Amino acid sequence: MVEGILVDGLIFALMAMGVFITFRILDFPDLTVDGSFATGAAVVTMSITGGLGIFPGLLLAFLSGAAAGTVTAVIHNRLKVPNLLAGILTMTMLYSINIRVLGGRANVALLRVDTLISKVIDLGGSVPREITLLLFMIIFTGSIKLLLDLFFHTDMGITLGAMGNNEQMVISQGVNPKTMKVLGVGLSNGLVALSGAMLAQYQGFADANLGVGIVVQGLAAVMLGEFLFRSNKIGMLTLQVIFGAILYKALMFFGRYYGYYINLTPSDLKLLTGLLVIASLVIAKSRKNKPVNSSKRGGGTNA
Amino acid sequence: MIKLENMTMVFNPGTVNENTAIRNLSLTVNKGDFITVIGSNGAGKTTLLNLISGSVFPTEGKIRIQDKDVSRTPEYQRASFIGRIFQDPTMGTAGKLSLEDNMNICYKKGFKGLKISLNAKRRKIFQQALEPLKMGLESRLKDNVGLLSGGQRQALTLLMTVLSRPELLLLDEHTAALDPRNAEIVLELTRQFITEYQLTAMMITHNMKHAIEMGNRLLMMDGGEIIFDVRGEEKQNLTVEKLVKKFHELRSKEFATDEDLLAR
Repeated sequence: MVEGILVDGLIFALMAMGVFITFRILDFPDLTVDGSFATGAAVVTMSITGGLGIFPGLLLAFLSGAAAGTVTAVIHNRLKVPNLLAGILTMTMLYSINIRVLGGRANVALLRVDTLISKVIDLGGSVPREITLLLFMIIFTGSIKLLLDLFFHTDMGITLGAMGNNEQMVISQGVNPKTMKVLGVGLSNGLVALSGAMLAQYQGFADANLGVGIVVQGLAAVMLGEFLFRSNKIGMLTLQVIFGAILYKALMFFGRYYGYYINLTPSDLKLLTGLLVIASLVIAKSRKNKPVNSSKRGGGTNA
Repeated sequence: MIKLENMTMVFNPGTVNENTAIRNLSLTVNKGDFITVIGSNGAGKTTLLNLISGSVFPTEGKIRIQDKDVSRTPEYQRASFIGRIFQDPTMGTAGKLSLEDNMNICYKKGFKGLKISLNAKRRKIFQQALEPLKMGLESRLKDNVGLLSGGQRQALTLLMTVLSRPELLLLDEHTAALDPRNAEIVLELTRQFITEYQLTAMMITHNMKHAIEMGNRLLMMDGGEIIFDVRGEEKQNLTVEKLVKKFHELRSKEFATDEDLLAR
């Protein structure tokens, strides 16, 4: 049970890291995620069943997610459309594209074929399935996290960090903010698609509706993580996201498992997720109004 | 070095809100000039800087930087030779990033690649650069800029901007939002840096005393035009009284012509 939650959470964390990049670092609330998550699942499933192979499939899933993000950023940049609308447009279009990718079907199973997950389980031999998977996902999500941390230490990554905070500053330093948005939203959706690709292999099928409401779930995970501890270091921030994702999955698991005592059905979980986000916002807001922080925040504006 | 030719800037043309912020303005800024710009609210001072930096494009007219027509060059491209500081101290730095990250972004202008250039050597350079500010910032490289006071933040912005050695430094009332003591400190640093790095600069100010004391050239603006342009010895002999008198003299002449227009 615990292993299941952890594996679920670690797969989910990849997506939450994508949401973290757009919502927190770039300040670009990107809803493409609802579409690109399923895109990742669809692309990897069709790559594997079509015989392209597992790793080319994963790479292709990442790239197709990045392409979807790029489309959103370009719509926003070129047509001066608000970022929310740009994301909704891409997300809506992706729904049709995802069904096309799945060969006109709403879902495709990954049964009786080798996936990364099944290969890893085979590799584990006599070790229990859950333990092998957990170890593998810790390594997998952990390496992606470290790569991301490394990226945010490069000149480009630091500049991306400044984007959501102060776009004027980025412009003043001779960097095209449009390029940075394409990079950030692209990278974010690449991660989201990768997460979808891992989930498809884990649960054994891809579904066109896989991503519905996932962006709010990702946001809930990011916000939960932020309650755990405070830091301004990127390594700690990405760690928060991973912990938040696991915590979210645990909460949802208990909601599903024990929810029937209070007449809760699985279809109520989206309502619960939304309420969780609202509660997080309320708590974060009341925290900000505490005197310690208000003096910090005031530093820039008064004086 | 920088040439504005018959620049006109009209906001919301063809609507009831039509507003001519700059009217057929021509100006040549020479290398090494330190120009102070004064004028009442709505005179077009900030729009002038916006036109030079490229955050707005002129309705008519041309702007040349070193004989290159940059009238339609986007702001981020012009930024490689123009450094600009705003009135709001939060505009020049990213509050959620650490001091060293901020300084690293500003260290070299232009596109940022996948290099990790923030190393011990770079930190040493930053610390040495921060020392002359005498604000103790050299020991706070890891702190978020959002924790600094307005004065510290503006001093840091100034430092980061001059470190990249811009061809032209634009200062848009950069001390107006600070308390008097911090304003004095930042102003003194400005004077020091401009002399030390021999920068070409334009500074908007509402303080006539500063406008007279600092720089080698003074522009007075009104109604989107430069109505008074003094330099050198003539500027040195200016006093606040003389300037105010000049201002009223020029403005009353303007009013006279306005009345003439209305009378017709």
